Formats: sequence, C-alpha cells, structure tokens
Amino acid sequence: MSTLAANLAKAPRDSRGWLVAPALAFIVVLFLYPFAYGLVLSFQPMNGGGMFANYLQFIRDLSLWPTVFITLKLAVPATVINVGLALPVAFALRRKSPYQKFVTTLLVIPITLGTVLVADGMLSYFGPNGWFPQALHALHMYRGVEIRLTHNYWGVLISLIISGFPFAFLLMLSYITGIDPTLARAAATLGAGPWQQFRQIYLPLLAPGLAMTACLSFVQAYSVFPSAILLGAPAGPTRVISIAASEAAFESYDYSLASTIAIVMGFVQLIVVAAMLNAKRYFYSGPVSGGKG
Amino acid sequence: MTSHRRNVPAPGAAASQAGRARLLDVLWKVFVWGGVTFLLLNVLLLIATVGMNSIATRWFGTPLPQGFTLHWYAQAWRDFQLSSVLWVTFEVVGSVVVLSLLLGVPAAYALARAQFPGKRLAMLVFLLPLMVPPVTYGIPMATAMYQTGLAGTLPGVILANLVPALPFVILVMTPFIEQIDPNLESAARIFGANTFRYFLYVLLPLLVPGMLAAGLLVLVRSIGMFELTFFTAGPGTQTLVVALYYAVFSTGVRASQSIDAMAMIYMAITLAWVLIALRFVSPTQMVSRVKEPPR
Repeated sequence: MSTLAANLAKAPRDSRGWLVAPALAFIVVLFLYPFAYGLVLSFQPMNGGGMFANYLQFIRDLSLWPTVFITLKLAVPATVINVGLALPVAFALRRKSPYQKFVTTLLVIPITLGTVLVADGMLSYFGPNGWFPQALHALHMYRGVEIRLTHNYWGVLISLIISGFPFAFLLMLSYITGIDPTLARAAATLGAGPWQQFRQIYLPLLAPGLAMTACLSFVQAYSVFPSAILLGAPAGPTRVISIAASEAAFESYDYSLASTIAIVMGFVQLIVVAAMLNAKRYFYSGPVSGGKG
Repeated sequence: MTSHRRNVPAPGAAASQAGRARLLDVLWKVFVWGGVTFLLLNVLLLIATVGMNSIATRWFGTPLPQGFTLHWYAQAWRDFQLSSVLWVTFEVVGSVVVLSLLLGVPAAYALARAQFPGKRLAMLVFLLPLMVPPVTYGIPMATAMYQTGLAGTLPGVILANLVPALPFVILVMTPFIEQIDPNLESAARIFGANTFRYFLYVLLPLLVPGMLAAGLLVLVRSIGMFELTFFTAGPGTQTLVVALYYAVFSTGVRASQSIDAMAMIYMAITLAWVLIALRFVSPTQMVSRVKEPPR
C-alpha cells in the first residue's frame, strides 16, 4: 500500500491517462466484479449449512469431485499431444516460405470455425456411416473390433486436438519466428547440425514461449465444454467440470454451488499453470549452463 | 566397455554415421509432415462431410449419397428461424466490434503514450480476461447478469461478448500506437490542437489500418464465441453458433441434413470473414496478439 502511495506522489500527472478509465471501468464491472461476487456467493450456500457447505459438498459429492480428474485426464494428454506436435512443425516451418503461408492459412480454419462446428462434422465423419469408418473398412483395418470415435472419451480428445493443435502451432510459430535466425546460422558455421541448432540455440530461447503455449493450451483444453457434451458421454466418462458447473447454474439454479465449482475450476487451472511456469525455470537453466561443455 | 568403443570410431564409421544421420533426418521429416498432412486431410474431409450431407437426399453407409438436393437449405432456414438468428448475430457482432474499438482505442492510446499511476495494474487487469477461459468467468458473470436482469436480453449478450473483445483490441492497438511518431503530436500541439482534435485529425487517420485489423479479428472471434453467448442468451437472443449447438444437441428432432445445411451457412459466413481478415492480418494474429516487438 505504501508503495502505491509513493507511486501516486512520484508519478507525473498526465491527463491523457484518464482515457484508459472507460475501458478499465468496463472490465472491472463486468469481469472483476462478477468474480468477486461469485467468490462471495460461493460462501453463501443456497441450502444453508455454514460458510464452507458448498466446498464440503464438492469434496463429498460423487458427481462433483471426480470431474476434476476426468477433466485432467482429457486436458493433460491433449496439451502434451498439441504442444509436442506443434513444436517440431513450427520449427520446420520457421523460415518464411509459401509452405508456411499455406499451412498456417489452412490451420486457421478449424480455429475460426469453432468447436461446435467441429463437433457437428466429427459426428458425421467418424459416425457409424461416415467416411472414416468406411475408409478403415475398405483398408481392412477393422479386425472384427468396432472402433468408436464418437460419444466417448476419444471423440472429445480428438476434438481437443483438432481445435487445439492449430492454436498451439500458431502461437508457437509466432514465438519461433521472433528468434533471430542469424544465431542459428552462426551455430551452423561452427558445424552445428539441425538437431544441435534446435537443441542448443532454439530450445533455450524458446523456453518462455513454450511454457506460455503449454499454459494457454492447457487452460483451453481444461475448459472444454461444448464438445464434451456433443461428442462425449456427458453423463459419465466425459462429465467435465464445466458441465458440472453449467448444470448447477442453469438446470438446478443453484448459483452458489455453480460459483463454487467455477472457482475450484479456476483454482485447479492456476495450480497447473504455476507448476508449468515453475518447471520452465529448471528446463531453462539446464541448456544455458551446460552450453559451454 | 561400450562407452570406450564409442569414443574410438573404426575406419568408415564416420561415413556410416553420416548416413544414419541422414536417414534419421528423412524419417523425422516423414513423421512431421505425415502427421500434419494426416491431420489436415481429416479436417478437410470432415468439413467436406458436412457440405456433402447438406445437399444429400439419402446417405447411409455408402461413399456418396444417393442423390443431391438443395431443399435442406430452405428447410433449415424455416426450421431454425435463421433470418432472426442471423439478424441477432449481426446486431451482437456489429455492436461488439464498434464498442470494443470505441472503448479500446483511447485506452490503448493512454497505455502507449501516457505515464500514470497504476499503469501496470491496468495492463494486468486487461490481460486477465484473455488468460482466464470464458467458461470459468462466464458462469459467475451470467449469475451476476441474472441477478440484475441483464441476462437473456440483447444488451446482456453484447456486454458479455465485449469482455474478451475489449482487452484484445487494447493489446493489438497498444504496440500499433507506440510505433507512431510522437513528434506528430508535438507538431499538432504547437499548431494549437487539443487532445480531442489531435485524436480526430492526426491520430485517427494513421490508426485506420490497425483498427481495421483489430476490428476484423474481433469480428471473427465474436462470430465463433460460443460459451459466453450460450450462458447469457435467452430464447430470442441466440447467435448462430448457439443455435447450431442446440440443433446438434437435439439431433434426431430434425433431419441431420437440415442441421448440416445450417452448419454450412455458419461456415460460409465465418470463412468469408476469415478470408477478408487474412488479407490484413497474419494467421498468427488470430490466436495471439501482435508479434513481440524485437528486443
């Protein structure tokens, strides 16, 4: 508080700064206030029973606490696959070329179409009569077992990859193209092959971007909502935490419990993101300190 | 023992090692490009499935449908009341673009040029709605809106969609304003212009390309914004994505061809704007803000 007061006294008055006020007021009223309101509401349970009744219910209720792990079981593999694929592809396309433009333009399409349309397309494409099972059948890859890719865990995971991979790739590409290519060229003149350039030059410089991409990909996958309903089994294996929250709010009108679930959801995201950013530090210091050897 | 042998290569080993490295390189390229091609091919076929089904008379377990027709589009238009849904979508997206620019550009100007107490805090507040996913803040926001009676109304839907759009405009516009020569402002002030006149006659014309890019990006993102509209919209204020969601959700009530015809209309509108937007912005800007300034 004292630093803020000191800043207020020290900073020169600039009346142009007030131009930020309308936008700031809007975000405070429609973003920060609802969050605070939800936080307060979560401690005022609809059915009474003390301040923490909602949180206790979340921990006890068999339809609530497993949703955290169901969501993690979807979000963690999706993040690993998306970022793991995006990194080599973005690295291969780091130089400006017609391929880069072509691939990036194509990959923008699934992002802008959104998850609802992807879900609709997947229902017919992977559905029992769709082209995908037909192609598998024609290639004799069935082997008697029926492969189901909709209305289960795999459907949701695939939809998370279809909409998440382009996102991770474009983000990764914007970080990778920001790295000065002369650094890699300098390494190449000293005899570094492509793998060594990647390992010794790009990866250390990319670590912050990689961590950011992983965080945003994870947060996006963790808040999976429409595709978990349309493509998954929302009553069981893919009853993710956002479904539980929206059910509480819009079906049983228990806004207090819904806020509780939303806050638990935000809290879990925060923990995982903090863990990832911490992991970055170890990852980052390694190659730099070992670079001389 | 093995580690010793590795340190003393036999004659000819260097050549075989180079060969192996080349083989690994080729295998790696095949893996990366194969993966990307497989993914892209499936996405394109997935979209093609929707298109094909929307003009099919009957399609059941055969590579191609039995016949083709366009009457599903007319039926979808009637069944899903698309004329009113499209009008709502237009109102919501148009208002979000205009309001986000009106509020966002002055704020971006202040963040780019003015020094004021609490600037870092303001930056953080603007970053938060982009970091927190819509589902997480959408539920408390919808709750607050239901308490005030805003939910279900058109202004409510517009305000909800403005929450992620406004910070996005600010983050796109701030670096854009930073790179405009500050001497222009001094020159305008010497000739007696106040902030408002400087804004209108000097800055605004220079900002048009940046505002165009930001506006188009907000437009494309708002058309596809599902969660916030879903939480705050009532029966009469559904946008196209939400209407499509309800149609897919209740598959079986309507013919799948009719749903896919609606999906095609949604896709055509979105892709048209994406193609327009791509003429002014790079694809990477669709997901993140303007490239990091060179350090």
